[in-house]
Amino acid sequence: MSEITVGVVVFPGSNCDHDTQHALASFTGVKPVMLWHNDHDLQGAQAIVLPGGFSYGDYLRAGAIARFSPIMQEVIEFAHKGYPVLGICNGFQVLLESGLLEGALSRNRDKKFLCCQTTIRAVNGSTMFTSLYPEDEVLRIPIAHGEGNYFAPPEVIESLEEHNQVVFKYTDAEGRITDEANPNGSAKNIAGIINRQGNVLGLMPHPERASDKQLGSLDGRGLFESLFLHLAGV
Amino acid sequence: MPYIAKINVTLRQSILDVQGKAVDHALKNLGYRSAGSTRIGKYIEVTINEEQRSEAERIANEIAQKLLSNPVMENYSLELEEINS
Repeated sequence: MSEITVGVVVFPGSNCDHDTQHALASFTGVKPVMLWHNDHDLQGAQAIVLPGGFSYGDYLRAGAIARFSPIMQEVIEFAHKGYPVLGICNGFQVLLESGLLEGALSRNRDKKFLCCQTTIRAVNGSTMFTSLYPEDEVLRIPIAHGEGNYFAPPEVIESLEEHNQVVFKYTDAEGRITDEANPNGSAKNIAGIINRQGNVLGLMPHPERASDKQLGSLDGRGLFESLFLHLAGV
Repeated sequence: MPYIAKINVTLRQSILDVQGKAVDHALKNLGYRSAGSTRIGKYIEVTINEEQRSEAERIANEIAQKLLSNPVMENYSLELEEINS
């Protein structure tokens, strides 16, 4: 099997870039390459990850300045051509700011920065990022954010649901989608969404932090594995 | 003649303002019963070196829409003042 190259964009202030690199490199046949925000070269990557962190110190709004980084021109073009782009946490915020995904993330409803384990479900298991997740499987994947309260006008939410673009929802330990299981106040318990074309996914939980036995959960691995199977044409 | 754009960015009414809520809580603790419904926004000043006022205004609106505010959850208002050097 030929090697799969995945680019991880490094913005000033990214802090999950090496965790993501570590998680990607733990898969046989996957080569992560780090892409500096000031470059224009995607170095032959077949998929791009925008990692978590605090790009540009979250100045102005989370993701607002990173969205205009030089490499984002290439990432946006890459996404428009249909190649896979994954945004995790701050990366999700960058995807929303860049218009590749719809909606916005505002401050958590209880005012707190949340760093904790959450349980989620892949409510759409037919995407290139979730094909290995049964829709009823409860996944333990942590969150770490102050601005993860997903918001979009009602007509946008309706359209996302109608087109099966809501991919992850926060649930309780039994997989029920309840208000108590919603950590940050996100509309409809939304934890992750995909674009209409199905190649750009953004989510607040951190799959790279649930990809190593020593971190207490391996449930994030399915997301990366689904993507690699897609890229390998399996 | 350079201009200074004074831009106010505020959260839309439909967006929960958790900073405003925290301030409301402090106001209550301080005993200000008649004060509340605090909304917190951002105030931004940008200098624009253009001769024509209309051009300075166009640029100010463009950057406010493109970068300084997120139309999904924020509104902005702006004032343009001539800088007399």
